[in-house]
Amino acid sequence: MTDKYEHMIKTVDLKKDFGSLKVLKGVNEHVDKGEVLTIIGPSGSGKSTFLRCLNMLETPTSGQIFFEGTDITQKGISVDAHRQKMGMVFQHFNVFNNLTVKKNITLAPVLLKKKTQKEADEMADELLARIGLTDKKDAHPSRLSGGQKQRLAIVRSLAMEPDVMLFDEPTSALDPEMVGEVLQVIKELVKSGMTSVIVTHEMGFAKEVSDRVIFMDDGNIAEEGTPTELFEHPQNPRTQEFLSKVLY
Amino acid sequence: MLQNIIKVLSKYGYLFADGLWITIELSLITVLCSSVLGSLLAIARRSRLLPVRFLCTAYVEVVRGTPLLLQLYFFYFMLPNLVPALKLSEFTCVVIALVFNSVAYVAEIVRAGIGAVDRGQMEAARSLGLSSKQAMIHVVLPQAVKNILPALCNEFVAIIKETSLASTFFIGDIMTTYKTINGFTFLIIEPLLIAGIIYFCVTFVLSKAIAALERKMKASD
Repeated sequence: MTDKYEHMIKTVDLKKDFGSLKVLKGVNEHVDKGEVLTIIGPSGSGKSTFLRCLNMLETPTSGQIFFEGTDITQKGISVDAHRQKMGMVFQHFNVFNNLTVKKNITLAPVLLKKKTQKEADEMADELLARIGLTDKKDAHPSRLSGGQKQRLAIVRSLAMEPDVMLFDEPTSALDPEMVGEVLQVIKELVKSGMTSVIVTHEMGFAKEVSDRVIFMDDGNIAEEGTPTELFEHPQNPRTQEFLSKVLY
Repeated sequence: MLQNIIKVLSKYGYLFADGLWITIELSLITVLCSSVLGSLLAIARRSRLLPVRFLCTAYVEVVRGTPLLLQLYFFYFMLPNLVPALKLSEFTCVVIALVFNSVAYVAEIVRAGIGAVDRGQMEAARSLGLSSKQAMIHVVLPQAVKNILPALCNEFVAIIKETSLASTFFIGDIMTTYKTINGFTFLIIEPLLIAGIIYFCVTFVLSKAIAALERKMKASD
């Protein structure tokens, strides 16, 4: 089987309004297989909305989103099937509070018939060992710290063996001492070649892991480039202003 | 007065026992029926079809905006006329009226219970590829039940008190018992006190049991 598409994800003139508020004003962007794309920008610039459009958690007002060659904004398309291949990590973790740590991981693969319960259990054990939560596997999430919840949320997505991972400010809601452990997991994941789109305020992290960085401002992509280009030699005055505020 | 109370109790105690039984029977049937129908109504209110949503919301608003006593009268007098073939008993008419009323409140309880579950839970489930139905069944509803169950028990307590309105039609509940004894003895305060104490004991015990249940559920989080 040959995959005949140019980019793993491509957006064409993507627009999103919330009432009279224009949050995305026509974004054309793409993500290639194996690429790590980081999105930075001030609050309200539309970066989270852009990310949430990529797996249709927000329905775009207009424009197209191609995922592995298919326009997933079309009417009648099974978004659920495509979401199975796009993992997502949220700012507020959103681990399933009613399920044990292990069940959090196995629910989707078993329910969506990607794996038998036995296969899913084995995989969950492996994933939990990887993030050092083996001894918590039968606990409920309320017993976990924020950092542990977020690491769990990451491997919960990985259990679906996605083609791309979307991170929506994965460390913004964490206590400072827990940021490192979560970034470490993401770093390892990225190094293993996982295609990733990361919205973050962690500039050092963005600089280190990204292949490409986008600076979003007021619903548009104001500037993009390699981490060196964007962080060392920003061209757009808005980028310069933003970076001067966050890099002190 | 104490003497009178003892006299009433010893002579008509069995009537109060019967009344208590009918009150509980009426309340249980009502809360069970309205739990099922109310949940369905709450789900229907989330429908994608506007007319369905509109009808359900209108129902809830009308029921909550009119007095229960009026609804009882309405069903008591209207139902036998509307469907004479069914030959509905008075008890059935009253049950239908109570259920009709309670369904709206239960629907609101269920809706609030679902609404209180963090939106992120649904989003996370959907982001993994679960359909909205699967996400509802496996993630949202199990968490909503914890909010709903105690509120539903409180509704049961409220219904126990509300069934007293049904005594308007002498259907044999505790308040009917009061009226009967009042008719026999011309005593007012004494049988009323007994009825009040029975209501209070039942609802007080239930409320305490619900509070304990709630604490237990919180602890299991």
